[in-house]
Amino acid sequence: MHIVACIKQVPDPSQARIDRETGLVIREGVDKIINPYDLHALEEALRIKETKGGKVTVLSMGPASAEQVLRDAIAMGADQVILLSDRQFAGADTLATSYTLARAVARLEDVNLVICGKQAVDGDTAQVGPGMAAKLDIPHITQVRKLRELTEDKLVAEKLTDRGYEVVEVPLPAVITVVKELNEPRIPGLRGMMRAKKAEIPVWGPEDIEAEADRIGLKGSPTQVWRTFEPERHRKGEMLEGTPSEQAAALWQRLRSL
Amino acid sequence: MEIRLLADKCTICGACEAACPYDAVAMGADGPELSEECTVCGACVEACPTEAIYIAGEKASPQPEPRDAAGDVWVFAEQREGQLLDVVLELLGEGRRLASELGVSLACLLLGDSVDHLPQELIEFGADLVYVGSAPELKHYRDDLYAQVMEHAVRQHRPAILLIGGTANGRSLAPRVAARLETGLTADCTGFALDEDGNLLQTRPAFGGNLMATIRCPHHRPQMATVRPKVFPKPARQPGREGQVIALELPELVPWQRILEVVEEADTGPNLAEADIVVAGGRGLGSPENFRLVEELASVLGAAVGASRSVVDAGWVSYPHQVGQTGRTVAPKIYIACGISGAIQHIVGMQSSDVIVAINSDPDAPIFSIATYGIVGKAEEVIPALIREIKGSSSQ
Ligand SMILES: Cc1cc2nc3c(=O)[nH]c(=O)nc-3n(C[C@H](O)[C@H](O)[C@H](O)COP(=O)(O)OP(=O)(O)OC[C@H]3O[C@@H](n4cnc5c(N)ncnc54)[C@H](O)[C@@H]3O)c2cc1C
Ligand SMILES: Nc1ncnc2c1ncn2[C@@H]1O[C@H](COP(=O)(O)O)[C@@H](O)[C@H]1O
Repeated sequence: MHIVACIKQVPDPSQARIDRETGLVIREGVDKIINPYDLHALEEALRIKETKGGKVTVLSMGPASAEQVLRDAIAMGADQVILLSDRQFAGADTLATSYTLARAVARLEDVNLVICGKQAVDGDTAQVGPGMAAKLDIPHITQVRKLRELTEDKLVAEKLTDRGYEVVEVPLPAVITVVKELNEPRIPGLRGMMRAKKAEIPVWGPEDIEAEADRIGLKGSPTQVWRTFEPERHRKGEMLEGTPSEQAAALWQRLRSL
Repeated sequence: MEIRLLADKCTICGACEAACPYDAVAMGADGPELSEECTVCGACVEACPTEAIYIAGEKASPQPEPRDAAGDVWVFAEQREGQLLDVVLELLGEGRRLASELGVSLACLLLGDSVDHLPQELIEFGADLVYVGSAPELKHYRDDLYAQVMEHAVRQHRPAILLIGGTANGRSLAPRVAARLETGLTADCTGFALDEDGNLLQTRPAFGGNLMATIRCPHHRPQMATVRPKVFPKPARQPGREGQVIALELPELVPWQRILEVVEEADTGPNLAEADIVVAGGRGLGSPENFRLVEELASVLGAAVGASRSVVDAGWVSYPHQVGQTGRTVAPKIYIACGISGAIQHIVGMQSSDVIVAINSDPDAPIFSIATYGIVGKAEEVIPALIREIKGSSSQ
């Protein structure tokens, strides 16, 4: 089996702080990590390899610094990693990202399954997995929480729905996106970390994946950020003063009359 | 389109670096340098006090689609077991407003089997036209067939705007169809407007902080967006309203998936989305033990329990309780936020509540700016006092 996991480098959400004066995000000193959902994608890929044999390839598109998450992937046990990095890839929206990753998958040999995280916590769109599947013209299953049955050419999986779950069967190759309930990602061992430290990280550009220039990066992105702004905060509320008991009494007096 | 610098005007003040939401500006000795992460969003242009930064050139677009100025506004009418989801009606309210402003029709795309009773309901909630794709294979939602039919219908009828509810199904369907149609898709929008050219301005929270972004898709059609349930109010029904029902010509359906089992799990406790009162807790409670105070207050009030993402991530309470952009959107009569800072991703999930109460030890917490009643204090002191107060008054 050849399994591909797609991982994205994101700012650590637990370190996000807001500047009180400007209301903007403070970015200095915020570490970059593997998108948390993608750890589960990678973990599942490794588990499949361990039980069925085969190979795990990990893809990431991002700036040169995204190399670090691929080293982390090697430390966890990935066989092959590829960094998609080039100025022309920059500014990609989810359509251009889906296209770029799909082109890279198409360059790899005999891929049976592509695993993505449910969503990336920086943009939270959850669009790249299904978008890639559409570009590859293969089926997809979103929000997978359990793989029930997997062979070279068929997958049966449980997918979360709004009211429970569904058991879905698709022919392979396919793309799945995974949720946290799926597994517990491993902590890399010392040997893996040594291997990761020494590894050469191959970098692919548009030519390596035979990408059309006007379908990648900013040029290939139909959506544009037109403007960014701070949200309006208009409601002028009443502050309730006093000791906790007085505050509680004042609040209950107002709420009970509603 | 690219960012350019007038070096003689630049004072190397660093305002652009601080303003960049993508962390793409680094201040060098001769002025700002841009990294690959730049998306030409223009935040630095606005921030620059000396007007040293500008955007050059119009964005090149790959073969602009012939723009249908008169394309309609569409809403995907997701149904379950022959019942329309509330988010469809909410989108009809918003779609009606956009269609009227553009002077076009509001249409629904309804897929299913034996759904003849639904078009009239859609029309009474504001649709002018309902395209119905009916086949036994379309009875339940399926990614493969629904995507095929939606793509086919869009290619045939060329809507200008396509709105889809941000349900589990909608969020799986929309990106597949958008990628097939090579058009833009904006996830989890919280507001829409139109620019002078009739482009849809799609606003959503962004960058993991207190910032909103407005997204445009000027050169591709349809302009697609998903919207979470409860973001927009449900419009009033107009009984007897008239509209047109049109049978869709279906493409050849190529099934890929087999749905082997559909399991519904019973919701436990008061339903967050429907509750009149929600008591929600955040990281300010300090510990999972203190979070039990929130649950106690909720039970005294007969309320549902909500939570910020921080405490869900920390495992104090399970994900179905999360309120916000990546959790549920709620609009109860009373929302009591305990130890929640009020990050934009949380606020977009509860700001339409009638009355918002904030209990927070930091007088400058952003949550106070949207609160109807604010209490500066320690949640672990105020909540027990409030519980005593409620119990005392009910025993009188
Ligand atoms: C893409 C993305 C999506 C997100 N989606 C969501 C979402 O759906 N929902 C969501 O909630 N968040 C979401 N977040 C996270 C969001 O940005 C915030 O990080 C989160 O809401 C903060 O949670 P909090 O208010 O509990 O914690 P904090 O921000 O840590 O705030 C704790 C607050 O408690 C106060 N406090 C401290 N001690 C006490 C005390 N003793 N008594 C009372 N108050 C006290 C503090 O003053 C502070 O204001 C998302 C983030 C990203 C990047
Ligand atoms: N730049 C990227 N490089 C690699 N994988 C990505 C990238 N962007 C998105 N993905 C994958 O797609 C999933 C969904 O991302 P998103 O659609 O951005 O929420 C992520 O969890 C990743 O698995």
